[in-house]
Order: sequence, then C-alpha cells, then structure tokens
Amino acid sequence: MNNYLLIPFLPLAAFLINILFGRKYLKENSHWVSILAVAGSWIVTVITLLDVLSGKIINEDLYSWIVSGEFKASVGFLIDQLTVVMLIVVTTCSALIHIYSIGYMRGDKGYYRFFAYLSLFTFCMLMLVMANNFLQLYFGWEGVGLCSYFLIGYYFDKKSASDAGKKAFIVNRFGDFGFGLGIIMIFLTFGTAYYAPVFSQAKNFAAQTVNFLGYDVHLMTLIALLLFCGSIGKSAQMPLHVWLPDAMEGPTPVSALIHAATMVTAGVFLVARCSPIFSLSETALTVVALTGAITALFAATIALVQKDIKRIIAYSTISQLGYMFLAAGVGAYGAGVFHLYTHSFFKALLFLCAGSVMHAMSGELDIQKMGGLKKYMPITYWTMLFASLSIAGMPGFAGFFSKDEILWLAYSGQSPVGKFVWVIGALVAFLTAFYSFRLIFLTFHGKFRGTHEQEHHLHESPKTMTVPLILLCIGAVASGWVGIPHLLGGGAHFMEFLKPVLGHSEANATHTEEWMVMAISTIAGFSGIGLAALFYLVKTDIPVRLAQKFNTVYKTLWNKYYVDELYSFIIVRPAIWTAKNILIGITDARIIEAVVNGVPKGLGEFSRILRKVQTGLVQRYAAIMALGLLIIVAYMLWR
Amino acid sequence: MVPLNWYLILSAAVFMIGVFGFLTRRNIIIIFMSVELMLNAVNISLVAFSHYLQDMRGQILVIFIITVAAAEAAIGFAIIIALFRNKDTVHVDEMDEMKG
Amino acid sequence: MLPELFFGYYASAIVIFSLLVVTRSNPVHSIMWMLLLFFHIAGLYLFLNAEFIAAIQVIVYAGAILVLFLFVVLLLNLREELKVKKFIGSWPAGLFIAAALLVIILSVVKSFVPGPAGKYSIEFIKQETHTKALGTLLYTDYLFPFEIASLVLLVAIIGAIVLAKRKKGN
Repeated sequence: MNNYLLIPFLPLAAFLINILFGRKYLKENSHWVSILAVAGSWIVTVITLLDVLSGKIINEDLYSWIVSGEFKASVGFLIDQLTVVMLIVVTTCSALIHIYSIGYMRGDKGYYRFFAYLSLFTFCMLMLVMANNFLQLYFGWEGVGLCSYFLIGYYFDKKSASDAGKKAFIVNRFGDFGFGLGIIMIFLTFGTAYYAPVFSQAKNFAAQTVNFLGYDVHLMTLIALLLFCGSIGKSAQMPLHVWLPDAMEGPTPVSALIHAATMVTAGVFLVARCSPIFSLSETALTVVALTGAITALFAATIALVQKDIKRIIAYSTISQLGYMFLAAGVGAYGAGVFHLYTHSFFKALLFLCAGSVMHAMSGELDIQKMGGLKKYMPITYWTMLFASLSIAGMPGFAGFFSKDEILWLAYSGQSPVGKFVWVIGALVAFLTAFYSFRLIFLTFHGKFRGTHEQEHHLHESPKTMTVPLILLCIGAVASGWVGIPHLLGGGAHFMEFLKPVLGHSEANATHTEEWMVMAISTIAGFSGIGLAALFYLVKTDIPVRLAQKFNTVYKTLWNKYYVDELYSFIIVRPAIWTAKNILIGITDARIIEAVVNGVPKGLGEFSRILRKVQTGLVQRYAAIMALGLLIIVAYMLWR
Repeated sequence: MVPLNWYLILSAAVFMIGVFGFLTRRNIIIIFMSVELMLNAVNISLVAFSHYLQDMRGQILVIFIITVAAAEAAIGFAIIIALFRNKDTVHVDEMDEMKG
Repeated sequence: MLPELFFGYYASAIVIFSLLVVTRSNPVHSIMWMLLLFFHIAGLYLFLNAEFIAAIQVIVYAGAILVLFLFVVLLLNLREELKVKKFIGSWPAGLFIAAALLVIILSVVKSFVPGPAGKYSIEFIKQETHTKALGTLLYTDYLFPFEIASLVLLVAIIGAIVLAKRKKGN
C-alpha cells in the first residue's frame, strides 16, 4: 500500500484548496481544510510508524523528476526509522499548532492565507524528511525556507516584519549556497544523488583528497562541511544565527512550528541523515561539535538578559539546537535526534504559552511589564512550568533524558573535544535552567507591572488554545520516556530504534562516571532554578545591581555580542553602498538605462525619418506603387 | 485589315491617360473616372484579343469586368458621399488622416 | 484602306476624349466627354464583331455608371471646384511615371506574337449569332463565376446603402 503518500500530499491539497478558494469562499472556515489534512497526515504517520516498528522500510521512487544523461533525480520516498521520528515530530506539532492557531489567529484578515502557508510549510517539511535523494531534500529545504519567509513577513504591512522575513531569507542564502555546492560535490563524486548508493559507497572515498581553492582537502571533510553550511543557516548556528531572533516578528504559532519545533531542526536532521559521510571525517565532526557547543553557550548567555518573551525563547532555541549539533559532532547522532524530538514538544509548548500570554496581554512582549499572571491563566502557567522543567532537565521530564544522553555521550565518546564540549554543555544546562525560570518568575510570579488597562483585560485563553497546550504538555513531560537509559532501568528504546540508521556510539566509561555526569547536569539544572528564584523571587534587587556592576558585560549581552552591528558594518552597509553607488549609479544608470532608453530612442529617431514617407496622401502611395511597377518592368525588359 | 498591335497601342495609351489622371487629379470623382478609363482600356485590349484569336473568353472577361466596375462604382460613390459628409471636401490631398 | 481610316478616327477620338476627361476642371464636363468616349468605345467593339459587348458598354457604362457619376456630382456643391487647382502639386511626377510606363509598354507591343486561333471565327459567330454564342458559354463553362458576379453585385448594393446611409445622431 502506498498510503504513506497521503502524509505529504494531504497538506499540499489543503494548501491548494485554501489558496485558491480561501479568500472568497472558505474565509473563516479555512482552518477546517488544513486541520483535517494535517490530522489525516498524523493518522497515516502513526500507521506508518507501526509499519516501521515491525521492520518495514520503504524506499521507492514515485516519479522521475529530472533525467539528464547520467544524472537522475526523482520524487522518491525513503521511510526508515529516522524519517518516521521526524514524521511524528512534524505531524504532531503541526496538527496541534494548527488547532492552536484557530484561537490565536481568529479575526485576522489573512486567516485563510495563514492556514494555506501553514499547510504548504507542512508539505515542504514532510517532503524534506521523506526524501530519498539529495535533490528532493533540497526542494523541501528551500520550500520550508520560502514558507518561513512568507510567515515571518505575514504581517507584511509592518516594516520590521517584512525586514525580518528578508533577513531570514538572505542569511539562509549564505548557508544554502554551501549546501548546494555540497550536493554538487556529492553528485560529482558518486555520480548519483540518491542516499542509498551515496552512503554505501562513502567508505570507498574515505581517503580521497580533492583540490579545493589550491589546497588538497580531504574529500569527505569538504562534502561534510559544505553540507554543514546549509545546516548552520537553517538551524541558526553561529555565525548565521542572526535571523532567528528577528523571525519572532511572525505570528507566535509560526514561531512555535517553524522556528522551534520543525524547520530549524532540519539542519540537525541533515547531519543525522548524512551521518555516514560525517562519520568519515573527524575534522568535520569536530567543527560540528565546536560550532554546536559555542552556539549553545553564546545563545544561552544572551538569553540571560533579554526582555522580550519571544526572543528569550528564540535564543533558547538556538542554544538547544547547538546542543543537538554538539551531540552529532561527538558522533552521538541518536542522542541529537532524541533531543530534537523531545525539544520539539517542550519548545513548541513554550512558544505557544508565550503566545497565550501575549494574547492575554494584548500583544505585550516585555516580561518586565508582566508578573503575577499565574492566577489569571492557570493552564498556561502550569503547562509553561512543565515545559520549563523539561528544558531545564529536571529528572523525569523529557528534556532530562535527552540532555543527559547527549552529555553522557559527549563525556564518554571518542571525540577529541568530547570532554571540552561536555563542560560547556553542563554550563549551558545551568544557564538554560536559569533563564527559563527567570522567564517563568518574571511572567507569572510577583506583582503585575503592566498598565491597569492590561490588568483588567487579563484572561485565560480559549479552549482551542489551551487544549493543544495540554496535549503538548503531555509530550513535553512524557516524550522522553521512550529513551530512558539502561542505567535508570529503562530500555533506551529510542536509541535502539534508530541504531540501524545512525549507528551507535560506544561509551567507554564506567557506571560511576555515568552517575556522576547525570548528577552534575541535574545539579546544574537545580542550581539554575534556585539562582533564578533567588534573583527574581527573593532578592529582586540583585539583578539590577549586577547589571550596574558588570555594565560592560551586561551591555554586550543585551546587544547580543554586537553581531548584528558587526554584520551591518562588514556586510550590509558595504552591500548597500555598492548597490547605491555602483549598481544604481553606474551599472543601472549608465549601462542598463542607456541601453534600455537608447534602443527606443534610436528607433524613435529612425521612425521619425521613416514617418515622412507616410504622408497619408493616397496618390503618393499610388505613384510609388506605379514607380515600383515601372522599375520592375524596366528591369525585366532590359536586364 | 487593322493589325492587333494598333489596338494594343490604343489600349496602352488610354490606360496611361487613366494612370496620369489617377496620379495627378485632386478631385476624387475625376480619380474615379480615371479608374473607369483604365478598366475600359483593358476592355478594349481584351475584346481585340478575343476578335483576333477567335476566342470568346476575352469577351466573357469583359462582362465580368463591367460587372465589377458597376459594383466598384456603387461602393466608391457611397464612400465618397460618406467622406464628403464628414470632411466637406472632395480633394484627396486634403485627406491625410493616415499621416504618420 | 477603309478599316484603317475607320480605326484611325475612333482611336484618335478615344485618346482625345480620354485626355479631355482627365484634364477638365468641371466634373460635369468630364462626364460629358466620358459619355462620348464610351460611345466611341462601343463603336470600336462593333468594329471588332462584339455587338453584345458594345450593347452593354452603352447600357451599363453610359446608361448606369455615368448617370451615377452625374448624380454624385450634383449631390456635391461644386461651385468652388472651378476656382481651385485641378492637379496636385507634384503632377509632373505623375506625368513622368505614366509616360515612362507607356514607353515601356509600347516598346514591347511590337514583339507580341498571337497564339493559335480558336473556333469562334467570324463565320461561326455569324452562323450562331454573337449573343447566343456568348450566352451559351456564360451559362455553361462560366456558370459559377457568373453566379459569383451576381453575389458581388448584391454585396455592392447592400454595401452602398449601408455606407451612404445617414447615421442616426449625425
């Protein structure tokens, strides 16, 4: 049975129906189409999951897309353990966020458009994860990028939103350029773009080098790093992370779905999918691990001081994505994907709770103007609390198991930088707990600091919004239970499940050390929460004093390490200068316009001369006709 | 016996007088008459051919030419009247609406 | 000798009348000269043993088309016509073109060689009578063109009415 085809194509159908008939006919009922489609996808996904659990792997071509000489690309589907995990993540989050959007987006004038894009995004994301070749992966990759652009700029009449959309798109160009080159390198090396032959033959090329920009480079390292470029852009890692915080201009469900749960994890998925290539290059793995670790630390420190509720969660996302890359970089792809899976639930939940708060606060984003919301919106409070506990890695919650798995494998793995990234990981775990609970305490505890008008308006969100919160909350708490490590008496089923695709990283350390690692990360989490409680519940003057004392540090963090300013200085402003002075001033005005205006001007001159012949006097025409006859006859007679 | 060539020369002369009139007169009615002149010149040569070649087809053609000339005159005068009504002139050098 | 004299009279009359037709400034005069011209052409047809053609030349051209010309001239106000120039400014060019074409045609007329003669000899036509011979051909071999000619006339009638009709509101 090909019923797995319904998974991507139901959302596509929903997109087409909504975009074609939404504006005129469906209007306020647009959500039904999209929700039914994505719910259908979810059901088929569950059936497919059962198939895969019983050992059935699907890898087949549906349609020949491009055939050119040796090159062949098709629309094809590979459904293995990794794919099915991603399918579960995507369809579950997508379905719940679709439902949440009914309440959140109600009354918006672009209601049908929102659901159309959301469905299109779901389609592209599913094509991305279900691809069986690199070209289709690239199609989905760019497709989700496009939808992300549409949805960040959803409120396109707001300048900052359309700017943020453009920023996301352009920043991703940098990464995708490398990704595209990587795919070309793969085709040049292997002669095919299909996963199966590429991954099975990768070992044969392990020792090969290639001349790149005048240097002999290890071929697999080059391919892996080029592919990783794409990951960096899509998953907002250093140094291309700048687009993600700005992407929060989009509606909150979009932030939850695209910029937390699914699209940004595509980079991690790519690395995991290409693990046979990455595993052949220690250099590439080290780069991945260090990029992940540094990004995790970097973003976590920024999140400490931010005041915008969505931006804090955005930096938290970047930081957690860093975690996943850290895991992949030490060879623990399974742990990375595990964290991806748990993270999608609690991060989507965090965003949706933030959306719920914003809903109550009439769009207010500054957490300093909130406070004491606990009694007004209990469901939001409790679900967000659980999500925060999960992200902080409290024992028993989903985040604990995945984070612990990553840290343990980083500590015990063979990676040369394993110990180093473990230290950073543990530090980030502490920071994560701190900023997550800073957010909780400032938002829900203490006294309300907003205006009276806002206080009067405070209310719990409608059912369509709270029900998805509760369902996601179950995921945030329980999704980790499929991967309880052996040490705690679990079966580590998740890792076992993914083993055929991602392999297994051997831990060569003792049980004592494992207990120690677990203890350290748990202590880090607890102390983070404790410190946050001290700062924001008990002695609320400490943060202010600290900020004054370490003013430089605070300023740097508040300004996000001045990365945006740096880019503006070295890339944006030179680019705009070039555009204004060279492209507009010289190329456009002197060359293109000269040609564009010159051609019609020349034709105009020519026709002005030619027009004189066109006197409008019939007899002239007849005379010229007769003259022509004369010349022709004369020529024929006396030639 | 009058040679055929004489008829042909006569025909050519009348035709060229018609061409001259067509190319030079300002009055559109005279221009029409010039056209009739040319048609008659052709008729003369056709009847002459018919006679000298002992073949009736030339005269058949003349009948059709006269038919078409009648039709052309009817349509032509209708156009002249419509033009005169709008432009208040019969002089072709004053009609240059198609001037580029 | 007599036929040549006869032809000489008709030919010179036709050329002179043609010249008068295209050079008179009063259109009514032109029409009158043209009437004479048509009669002379009809005479020439008779001379060529084409009495039916001569008859319709007089009936259709002189009787119908010229009357139409006359009607139109009378419809228009032509008092002005006598005072303005007859020819367009560049009439020498028209004269040159016409003259040059005439010279070219005259220069080739000499080399014209008639083809084999057909069956409609003078004796045959005398026996058959001209009208019957022509009519038989017209209603047998040329029936289809003949019908089309009728269609052309019909279209011309309708077209003339449509074009000349005064539009409402004008």
